[in-house]
Amino acid sequence: MTGGAWTLRVLFSHWTRHPMQLATLLIGLMSATALLSGVQAINTQARLSYDRAAASFGGGATAMLVPAHATTVPQSLFSDLRRAGWLVSPVVEGRVRIDGRQIRLIGIEPISLPRGAGPAPSIDQAALQKFLAAEGQTLIAPETAREIAGTEGARLETDAGEPLPPLHLASELSPNLLVMDIAWAQRALRMPDRISRFLLDSAAAGERTPLADVAGDSLDLVDAGAQTDLQRLTASFHLNLTAFGLLSFLVGLFLVHSAIGLAFEQRLPMLRTLRACGVSPRGLLAALVVELVLLALVAGLGGVVSGFFLASALLPDVAASLRGLYGASVSGELGLAPQWWLAGLGMSIAGALLAAAHALVKVFRLPLLASAQPFAWQDAQRRWLRWQAVLACAAFVVAAVCLTLGTSLVAAFAVLGGILLGAALLLPPLLNLLLRAGEGMSRRPVAMWAWADSRQQLSGLSLALMALLLALAVNVGVGTMVGSFERTFNRWLDGRLSSEIYLVAKDPAQAAAIEADLRSRPDVDAVLPSARAETKLSGEQVEVLGLADHATYREFWPLLEFSPDVWDRVRDGTAILISEQLARRLNLHIGDRLRIPSSGEWIATVGGIYADYGNPKGQIIVNVDQLLHRFDNAERTRFGVRIAPAKVAALMAELQARFALGGTSLADQATVKAESRRIFSRTFAITAALNAFTLAVAGTALFTSLLTLGQARLPQLAPLWAIGLTRRRIAGLELLKTMLLALLTALLALPLGIIVAWCLIEVVNVKAFGWRLPLTIFPAQLGQLLIVAMIAALFATLLPTIKLARIKPITLLKIFADER
Amino acid sequence: MNVRWFTEIISKAAIVALLAMQTTLSHAQGFAGLGEDVDGFAQVMPGKPLRFPADHGAHPDYRIEWWYFTANLKDAEGTSYGVQWTLFRQANKPNDNASGWASRQLWMGHAAVTSAATHHFAERFARGGVGQAGVEAAPFKAWIDNWQMRTLFADPSVFASLQVSASAKDFSYSLRLDGDRQLVLQGDAGYSKKSEQGHASYYYSQPYLRVTGSLVLDRKTIAVTGQGWIDREWSSQPLKADQTGWDWFSLHLASGDKLMLFRLRHADGKHFFAGNWISRDGRSEQLAPGAISMTPTATTRIADRDVPTGWRISIPSRGLEITTAPLNPRSWMDTRFKYWEGPVHVTGSHAGEGYLEMTGY
Repeated sequence: MTGGAWTLRVLFSHWTRHPMQLATLLIGLMSATALLSGVQAINTQARLSYDRAAASFGGGATAMLVPAHATTVPQSLFSDLRRAGWLVSPVVEGRVRIDGRQIRLIGIEPISLPRGAGPAPSIDQAALQKFLAAEGQTLIAPETAREIAGTEGARLETDAGEPLPPLHLASELSPNLLVMDIAWAQRALRMPDRISRFLLDSAAAGERTPLADVAGDSLDLVDAGAQTDLQRLTASFHLNLTAFGLLSFLVGLFLVHSAIGLAFEQRLPMLRTLRACGVSPRGLLAALVVELVLLALVAGLGGVVSGFFLASALLPDVAASLRGLYGASVSGELGLAPQWWLAGLGMSIAGALLAAAHALVKVFRLPLLASAQPFAWQDAQRRWLRWQAVLACAAFVVAAVCLTLGTSLVAAFAVLGGILLGAALLLPPLLNLLLRAGEGMSRRPVAMWAWADSRQQLSGLSLALMALLLALAVNVGVGTMVGSFERTFNRWLDGRLSSEIYLVAKDPAQAAAIEADLRSRPDVDAVLPSARAETKLSGEQVEVLGLADHATYREFWPLLEFSPDVWDRVRDGTAILISEQLARRLNLHIGDRLRIPSSGEWIATVGGIYADYGNPKGQIIVNVDQLLHRFDNAERTRFGVRIAPAKVAALMAELQARFALGGTSLADQATVKAESRRIFSRTFAITAALNAFTLAVAGTALFTSLLTLGQARLPQLAPLWAIGLTRRRIAGLELLKTMLLALLTALLALPLGIIVAWCLIEVVNVKAFGWRLPLTIFPAQLGQLLIVAMIAALFATLLPTIKLARIKPITLLKIFADER
Repeated sequence: MNVRWFTEIISKAAIVALLAMQTTLSHAQGFAGLGEDVDGFAQVMPGKPLRFPADHGAHPDYRIEWWYFTANLKDAEGTSYGVQWTLFRQANKPNDNASGWASRQLWMGHAAVTSAATHHFAERFARGGVGQAGVEAAPFKAWIDNWQMRTLFADPSVFASLQVSASAKDFSYSLRLDGDRQLVLQGDAGYSKKSEQGHASYYYSQPYLRVTGSLVLDRKTIAVTGQGWIDREWSSQPLKADQTGWDWFSLHLASGDKLMLFRLRHADGKHFFAGNWISRDGRSEQLAPGAISMTPTATTRIADRDVPTGWRISIPSRGLEITTAPLNPRSWMDTRFKYWEGPVHVTGSHAGEGYLEMTGY
């Protein structure tokens, strides 16, 4: 065995004697790695799904020509473009309803389809044969087929009565998607002779006429590699996840730092002995690094595995959120690439080295002989606190700059990060000031000692306290945001869902029959038709919602801003209402004039802005008759019914029986509200889960830090015992001091948490989702969190305190004998 | 001209990509695209007079059809080039007049420019019914994407004064075709036999074309002149199942005579020969199968195949004893249907130039 191996073996002997400590270190590293790699696995999986979805209609990788002003263009443009040298392939897309479920349908033209833009790699030549046959084929992902109870070869029909070609299961296809030949798709979507977009095969292009000469200004060229709608919409969601994943990672590293600090403290005599035996500082350092890397590898492996399980557990929720929020279909099965495993291990090693950097530097500079513990700590601490304060100010400045100048979501998170980091750095100087004030007020010697000693403890505990501060503040912030959101959302939902019954008819004929029937009933107070269409404003896909002119909306619709007589002008078609997020994105204000692409020319002013929480798409509201008149494809098939609540059940049963309405085509207000709440409550589900975990990690960090200190501070405590203070008294004082520090930290965390909430609501959410909520503070919730934090601190302190109270006098005595 | 595509369509080895696709477009009529089954399509019968300009246009009642142009060209320095422009139509349903995507017509375009050192080619595919490809008889216009062949004046009997153009990623050309000679009917007054069992096509040509225009190769524009040849052919009857491939010549002899020859290779080695001798005065006479001798003299290894690129041809009754050499032995069309097609140089009893096409190797 070489000297290096011996050194390592000696170092490792420490862990066999302190298995709990080893466990803490490994758990810290594991949880940090698990959280971050778990979050990354989720993000990667989601992005993969988007790419697949994008690939199926030629997003991302393929250049496209998209309609500039409308949702579709005439099919004649296809031959015009081809004959002008533009190698385009037409795509028609939309949504169909099958058994009440909305499914995206894409029609492609495989003969002109550019290579690599196929709906799925599975369409090889043999499959193409069937795809193009007169009978045709509907490609569908197996999981989607299961969900709509379709099997290979089954012939489905849309709810509107259009037949689809037989199903063919294609495992590479995105979920919730049907792909078929354009001839079938135009029929199924009822879009004869219309094209939604063109895929462009730039690779094979020869000479071509300028686009404007062929298509005027009706088409825009979108280059390959441009961000797809889904990527844009979901970017904020994933940034959110990443930000919280990073926060958890950081807090996990605090834990690792304190565990390594403890081990270092305990092994000081061993390290000195090793040095005395002739191990060079460099050799010792190398041995410590090797030891650390080995531990990090083990913990990293565990972390990646638990990260995988964490991600698997969270993914269904995330997938459901993404579907509910953005209509994005994310596959529920996690696929992991080797680089993901390597990245996890890398993170673990880098994290461990970072957390141990301080200890390692100390080892390198370790004097061979123990010098007497000088009182120079005061000086060193003063310098260190000053530095912390300067850095904190710098972090605040960065946050302020980002707040005033930043426009992106990244800048919003930078504001949040700057505030959190600044506050954490400022915590030790602040606590120092408070403790000094306390010291100034006390007269009795033990009390004076206790205050002063607390200050000395600061440098050892500060990292754990900082972690606690961060975890608490983020908890307060997220809790306040979620609370504010729920309160606002519920009120908003009440205004928005004011009809007692909602129904969607199969087709206009059935709709007319239902409407006539409802209007003839004396117990029905009102029948409110609505309709939907899609259009484009400034290149952005926008939903158009048509509402009836009725007191129900005039009174309850959640308008944030509006001009006088707005509802009258909406009825006349001279004004429209726009959603808050659309107004923000397009920078529109009340009174602005807008050209709304529709079947004809339509110019209207913005008459009002309304809250549309949880909707990533822009939306405008117009009068239903105006919508039906101006959009050719729109159908009058949706109704809201006003009726006395007591009669809802009876009417629904009757409608169900008479018109065979069911599933999602008929719902009462309570059901729709519950469904909306369910979807929107998921918006922050992941955030909350990560948050709770962060708090747990912070508690553990505090616990290990205290264990570390308990060991290191014996030399300070032994003289007190020698002077005559009982062990119990000393332990009691220790408990009191730690709890005081924890309380001060928690109290500081409350205002910081409110600031974080403000930041989330006013900056992050606005940039991420496009809407702003009123901030509501919930004192009871804050009090509860404070109590939880104190209980956590008590538990963390209890074990070290009990240990101290039961310490053998001989141990204290030995301090004097062999102080290092 | 030739029946080249029949070979491909009948040959099992060639049932690939587009073919599979084409076949299944006719799924409704069973597996009608490939076999010898010609259900519902019009038959090629001897003695039917061809009518112009109507026959310049598409014949949707027949299954397969093409518009074929080749040219032997030279630039100002005397450097030789060959140009090909082809449009194919295949119907997968007889008398299919459906418009929009429901159309069961498929179109395929091939274009190539060959020099001694390079061979550039490109292909295009299109579904009928949406205007991406098509042919109008009068005024004549055939197109797929931005490749087209169209008449400049309306004189249907001559089938000349045409503009031909194609462009792809690495080459393009634009040529003007002029001529004042009558169309030439191949076979027996346009009835061209492909087997002893009565497989045949309607076939006429315009071999008297003066060509002027320009090529763009490697971004350099090259002015060229030369002579060109147009072939028109349509049929519903695939070839016999045992016909494995095809060697076809269209030759401009220095004497002013034109020669069209083909050999349909049979699996059993008993090849089917046919050809027409077109005299200076425009008379087209069928050659008796026994009067033609075609012998490969040199092969070139391309794409893992041995392709006979040098030939000796003799027609003793006409005093013809020639050998042909390719301008570029690697004139391989690496398109979805793979074949060899390129300009050739003629020496021997007659000097001259022309085009050679070989399929099924």
